[in-house]
Amino acid sequence: MALEFSPETWRRFEELVGRYPKKEAALIPVLSMAQKEFGHLRLQAMEYVAKIIELPAARVYSVVSFYTMLNMKPVGKYHIQVCRTLPCALMGAERMAARLKRKLGIQVGETTSDGNFTLTEVECLASCGTAPMMQVNEDYYENLTEAKVDDVLESLK
Amino acid sequence: MEKILLRNIDIQDSHTLQVYESRGGYRALRKALKEMTPERVTEEVKASGLRGRGGAGFPTGMKWSFVPKDSLKPKYLICNADESEPGTFKDRLLIEKDPHAMVEGVILASYAIQSHTAFIYIRGELAFGAKVLERAIAEAYQAGYLGKNISGSGYDLELILHRGAGAYICGEETGLLSSLEGGRGWPKVKPPFPATHGLFGCPTIVNNVETLAVVPWIIDQGAARYAAIGTEKSKGTKLFCVSGHIRNPGVYEVEMGYPFRQFLEEDCGGVPGGKKLKGVIPGGASMPVLRADEIEGVRMDYESMQAAGTLLGSGGVIVMDDSTCMVKTAWNIARFFAHESCGQCSPCREGCHWMEKIFARIDNGSGEKADLDLILNISGNIIGRTICPFGDAAAMPAAAFIKKYRDEFEEHIRQKRCVLT
Repeated sequence: MALEFSPETWRRFEELVGRYPKKEAALIPVLSMAQKEFGHLRLQAMEYVAKIIELPAARVYSVVSFYTMLNMKPVGKYHIQVCRTLPCALMGAERMAARLKRKLGIQVGETTSDGNFTLTEVECLASCGTAPMMQVNEDYYENLTEAKVDDVLESLK
Repeated sequence: MEKILLRNIDIQDSHTLQVYESRGGYRALRKALKEMTPERVTEEVKASGLRGRGGAGFPTGMKWSFVPKDSLKPKYLICNADESEPGTFKDRLLIEKDPHAMVEGVILASYAIQSHTAFIYIRGELAFGAKVLERAIAEAYQAGYLGKNISGSGYDLELILHRGAGAYICGEETGLLSSLEGGRGWPKVKPPFPATHGLFGCPTIVNNVETLAVVPWIIDQGAARYAAIGTEKSKGTKLFCVSGHIRNPGVYEVEMGYPFRQFLEEDCGGVPGGKKLKGVIPGGASMPVLRADEIEGVRMDYESMQAAGTLLGSGGVIVMDDSTCMVKTAWNIARFFAHESCGQCSPCREGCHWMEKIFARIDNGSGEKADLDLILNISGNIIGRTICPFGDAAAMPAAAFIKKYRDEFEEHIRQKRCVLT
């Protein structure tokens, strides 16, 4: 079946696009909307966005493949993104990542077989004074310790 | 020292319009719209000596004055809230705790350049900050500080909150413009500069969050009061973000020209755990590292940092104690830049990955002595040969780590392992 925005998302799409000086300027927020609606940005989703925003599909693909938050592959229910950049690395980010890998039984870049957790290593998330840190979906977890990592995982089960 | 940027952040509910107004918020906007011409606002900011707080330190009022007054095209004001420089988390604090200060700054700057459409480009990961800002913008519309005929002045402004989608390069102002035009965050060749040819080819000013957040204070209190703070060429206060091996990490507001050693040892409590300072990056990961013996006499302003061979940058101070392996540290930073290079310019696209691979092989014990000069060679071939400053930002720290800790690198290569463990 062809992908389509729900009426509510379509309403928000029209409102959003109407605020920008040119329709194409809304491409990234529209892709974020599409990702929320369709789970991830598979080819049909990109083609759908291209159609409604009146841009070539190749342009949409080039944008999606550029940004780390736009996913062409499915991610788990909880997307755990652990920061690996210098301030977090100085404060033990590698140990946090190791703990997450061991507890989840997956490597960085993988999703648990139940589809619940995807583990990613990311670059600086502007939380260096409270390092080490990770982001789970939209929430920040700061001043991590291995015990705190365990608690967070427990709370998400 | 009187707090300017952080004056509201410890107040309960500082993010709300009610608290912001009770602390004198939007007084500057009402004053500007009633008593000041747009040119007068620009002149005031010029006279304050305020310089861009995103990293480059370009005089803000002068930047605004480059917008052509007689242009028939629309003009745009963009607040750069794409804070991504490793070690930097000051804008996030301002966004979450004092969003109205930046919104008021956006309106004042827009009025000064006579823009009727403004954007706040916030990095996509800052979901909470986006929610806080969304609420603040809605409050400002409701109170008549945004929209048509602001405070009965006849001046109109629409403000759009635009969320990015994850790419460090979008913090570079022309990369940001490409992204806001619905493309990859690819920087553009300058000149022409955004002030004349910016968003969709229209006159555009891009200012950092911290820069705009201080504008209301300057307009309210007057340029002279601001210019009385700081040094001759670096005026006012600046936010510094302190992270790494330091007793009291966090965001500090510091008068420009403050002694760096005193700041680290007294204000931030020094290096904890009985360890000694080994090095410090003063302005975010793009800036050359200073060895512990190089910080003596250095002051926290643009000129003093430059004289010390580094740059003030974004104010991201990353502290490293004497247990830190500088090979691993240099590799970590090189990996960041290899990950974030946008891929447009060959020296940066190829060079960043090449340097990262060499640092990685030194770290894991398979480096050779010639690798160090090879990195210096690659770094030297990136600097000044790319469209945007990203190339320099990747090349400068790589070279600085090798030059300043060469003995450690050579010993690491000779022993085929970290010499500290």
